[in-house]
Amino acid sequence: MGRSEDARQRAMRHPQAQAWWRQMDCGFTQVADVFEECLYEALSAFTRAEMEAFVAAARELAHLGRGPEPVLAFLEGWPSAAAAVGAAALDDVMSLVRAQQASPNGSAIAPLLQTLAAVARRLGSREQLAGYLELARELMARTTDSLHGRQAMTASAGLPAFFGQAPQLVEQLPLAGLRQWVEYGLRHYARQPQQQADYFDLKLADSRAVMQRERRGTLLADVERQLDCTLRALWRDPQPIIPYSNAYHALRQITPYHDSLGARLPDALEARDGVAAIDRYRATLAHMAGHRRWSRPLIADNWSPFQRLAVEFLEDARIDCLLLREYPGLAPTLLALHPRPREDACDPETTSCLRHRLAMLSRACLDAAHGYRDAALNETVAAFHAALTGGAADTARMAELALAWVARTRRPSDQLPRIHFDDTVIDYRDDNRALWAFIEEGDEEEAFDTRKQAAEETPAPAGLPPRHYPEWDRATQSYRPDWVSLYEALHPAGEAAAIDRLLARHAVLARRLTRLLDLHKPQNTQRIRHREDGAELDLDTAIRSLADLRCGLTPDPRINFDQRASGRSIAVLLLLDLSESLGQAAAGGGQTLLQLSQEAVALLALAIEGLRDPFAIAGFHSNTRHEVRYLHIKGFSERWDDTVKGRLAALQAGWSTRMGAALRHAGAALAQRPADKRLLLLLTDGEPADVDVEDGQHLHADAKKAVSELASQGVDTFCLSLDPQADDYVRDIFGGRHLVLDRVAQLPEKLPLLYLALTR
Amino acid sequence: MSIDIAQYRIAREPFYRPQGDEVALYEAAYAARLPVMLKGPTGCGKSRFVEYMAWRLDRPLITVACNEDMTASDLVGRYLLDRDGTRWLDGPLTVAARIGAICYLDEIVEARQDTTVVIHPLTDHRRALPLDKKGELVAAHPDFQLAISYNPGYQSLMKDLKPSTKQRFAALDFDYPEAALEAEIVARETGIDGETAARLVKVAQAARNLKGHGLVEGASTRLVVYAAELIRRGVAPRAACRAAMARPITDDADIRATLDHAVDAVFA
Ligand SMILES: Nc1ncnc2c1ncn2[C@@H]1O[C@H](COP(=O)(O)OP(=O)(O)O)[C@@H](O)[C@H]1O
Ligand SMILES: [Mg+2]
Repeated sequence: MGRSEDARQRAMRHPQAQAWWRQMDCGFTQVADVFEECLYEALSAFTRAEMEAFVAAARELAHLGRGPEPVLAFLEGWPSAAAAVGAAALDDVMSLVRAQQASPNGSAIAPLLQTLAAVARRLGSREQLAGYLELARELMARTTDSLHGRQAMTASAGLPAFFGQAPQLVEQLPLAGLRQWVEYGLRHYARQPQQQADYFDLKLADSRAVMQRERRGTLLADVERQLDCTLRALWRDPQPIIPYSNAYHALRQITPYHDSLGARLPDALEARDGVAAIDRYRATLAHMAGHRRWSRPLIADNWSPFQRLAVEFLEDARIDCLLLREYPGLAPTLLALHPRPREDACDPETTSCLRHRLAMLSRACLDAAHGYRDAALNETVAAFHAALTGGAADTARMAELALAWVARTRRPSDQLPRIHFDDTVIDYRDDNRALWAFIEEGDEEEAFDTRKQAAEETPAPAGLPPRHYPEWDRATQSYRPDWVSLYEALHPAGEAAAIDRLLARHAVLARRLTRLLDLHKPQNTQRIRHREDGAELDLDTAIRSLADLRCGLTPDPRINFDQRASGRSIAVLLLLDLSESLGQAAAGGGQTLLQLSQEAVALLALAIEGLRDPFAIAGFHSNTRHEVRYLHIKGFSERWDDTVKGRLAALQAGWSTRMGAALRHAGAALAQRPADKRLLLLLTDGEPADVDVEDGQHLHADAKKAVSELASQGVDTFCLSLDPQADDYVRDIFGGRHLVLDRVAQLPEKLPLLYLALTR
Repeated sequence: MSIDIAQYRIAREPFYRPQGDEVALYEAAYAARLPVMLKGPTGCGKSRFVEYMAWRLDRPLITVACNEDMTASDLVGRYLLDRDGTRWLDGPLTVAARIGAICYLDEIVEARQDTTVVIHPLTDHRRALPLDKKGELVAAHPDFQLAISYNPGYQSLMKDLKPSTKQRFAALDFDYPEAALEAEIVARETGIDGETAARLVKVAQAARNLKGHGLVEGASTRLVVYAAELIRRGVAPRAACRAAMARPITDDADIRATLDHAVDAVFA
């Protein structure tokens, strides 16, 4: 590229990329070189609107007057950062960028963007990333000197160093710890630029020492899988586990909570009172799982805050008792974590003792050795145990007990503004937000088990039990475990002769295929030794056996070998999308897509049978996540015979296209095949969609995820699409391993040829 | 050729605790001499059940543990070379057909498909076993019956029976018994107390919940029995669970930590 080249005029391959490039109005050749590739990566993650925002931000960065580095770092890093924290976090990032640009710290924009992706991946949520950016902003503000209040300011010495070390810092510290570490540096080195830079670069001894100190504790990210396993193994209640940080709520710590997205836990915990951090997490999850199993929401409207507080304490105690019944080994953990308030710790003359009384009541319900003498307490505890004898009681019964107790123990001083808090916070319990339903807000509160009930209402289709597959949730960047139920069945059979008639129509094509196939036939052969019945004698082993015989030993009779064709070790599974749209007539011709598919599959089967590649055919369609139908048309061990043709003849179109689960199921079968290459060939006429999903991108992202899962299991996926508009999304999902057939009538010819080309 | 039938007889009643109507079903199948397929995960009592039925029906039992290297000859028999020339030796399937035993092919999917087809002629109206090499057609003894076990959990199309093979059997479904029953079985089998047995089962169930999430199969009843045996010989319950139920089924650190936690949670 000569000097004279104007990068602005650079031609992009795709017209849309061209439009965006023009919009960028960017003269850096380095950026022009990679722009289109970066776009493609982003396209796979972003919606249209997010794409526009992405390009606009890139444009802004290109015009800061800080060279190509910021925009390059952004284009390359942001898609992966956004995958971790959501594209909406872009606003937070750009806001910091602008603040830097408006200060003398513009040169630290590139360092920020260079490590942003790694930082975002570790932090994992928009809130967490916002916390990090906020911290950087504060560091910047407090280290950018304004000399004697005049305008002239010098850039922060620590900021670029901080950005440089950020990936390592967030890897090791929870946000709260990071904040402490930054605070220490600011306190000691705000006025000494050189040392400040060294501190934030982890070059000073005390900077490393403070980091070590703040490191204590366990990061949720490091034990998440164990916790997930615990939820499954002990509670059969898998939930997404989502971190939050208490770094910014020094005054009011957030308690764990549970909402429709999953279990929210602090991003780091330390051991406390002899209980390891992971066991504290487990205690919280056990308590949440207990609520999900045994609690039912109550209508909160006409109860006072005191009454509600009492209900929560008693209901929590019930949940703990029940979970200890189930897992008595958890008792030491819960009792160590549960405060043990002294009976005389609170003075009712000067202080509101309600919380204190409730914490004692709760303790007494769990701990027979509580030793409290208060009569009301002891009687309530007795009633509590009576209610739980021989059963689990229920939330409503706890509410009765709680109301009676409140009425009996009420004191005027409960209303005092001074509240006794010491030893009354039971921090392994969640905030009980799911315990209350408010009539006005109605369905806003996610009630327990509504999901489960919805699932139960759909009658399970008869036949094999369902297989459950996870689904990738683009929004939270995590799997929704066991989200999809897939039912497997043999496809009903029809009349095999119909397929033969279709094939007869394509006699010429079939002959051409046969000729092509001869060229593809495997040549190499492989010896299989130690066969008792084999084609030829294996001299080596035969002589050894003879020697054994002479020596009076029992000779090994397996002295033959066989020849087996090899050199071609491919297993193929053809997966057919059988959704409703397949019933449409193909453009320019009386045939439906379904009929064309049948012809194409028949020809393909003929071809593959000729090659002797192990080969299976299946179809799928879906009717919400509760019912994905997976229909076997041909198994690997079946021949291409009338039974199979009969099933192919009976294909029918119906329902929707939930692609991910079907891909996972087909891929799992294929991954088991002993072959050097495994090919999953998907034939579809549309994009992933289902009636219970509004966000079209969601099933895209899931299908894409499924394809990459399969790749990691050694299964290659290739998509042949009959949707002329498919380019946009198939590239995204199948990463370029796709072909869009714009003249559908060519399908019968193209499918077998494609297969040959793919496996040559 | 005389065969010592006595060695194949089950002398004493094996302990088997029925889970449903499988005993009656098996008896009916045997009365009709239908081949039987026992489906279910490893270690859930299939082999024990066959032993029990053989005892109950007073038939000799010949069990073959199938494996990948097994050839048809390993089942039907082969010529052996010895100093004096060659000598035919019946395989276990042939012996069973001759003496009227129940022949139990354990974990049949482990055998290659071309091996399993040799059972076909024995499983239909022919009830005969051709010994091609010997040029003999062995007509099955009237009391002969074939039983196979089959673990559908493999979920692999590779390790699956051909439909033409499956179609020859009456199938009985087995699974790990429901918790109380499994505890009762473990207590009876090993002599430990019911309370401990119930807890061991609880640990096993926790492991079974991880199937497909890092575990290929959960802890079987057999492993619960092993843990109980260790406890009965003085090993502390937690240590016994770890040794017999957690360690054997996983090397994955997270799964192991989870199983250890389950053990701690179950044993107060
Ligand atoms: N219903 C049952 N009655 C008695 N013992 C059982 C039962 N189910 C399982 N067991 C115990 O479990 C062990 C394993 O069972 P086994 O029959 O070997 O399993 P499988 O053949 O299914 O792999 C047996 O040795 C026995 O101790
Ligand atoms: Mg067995």
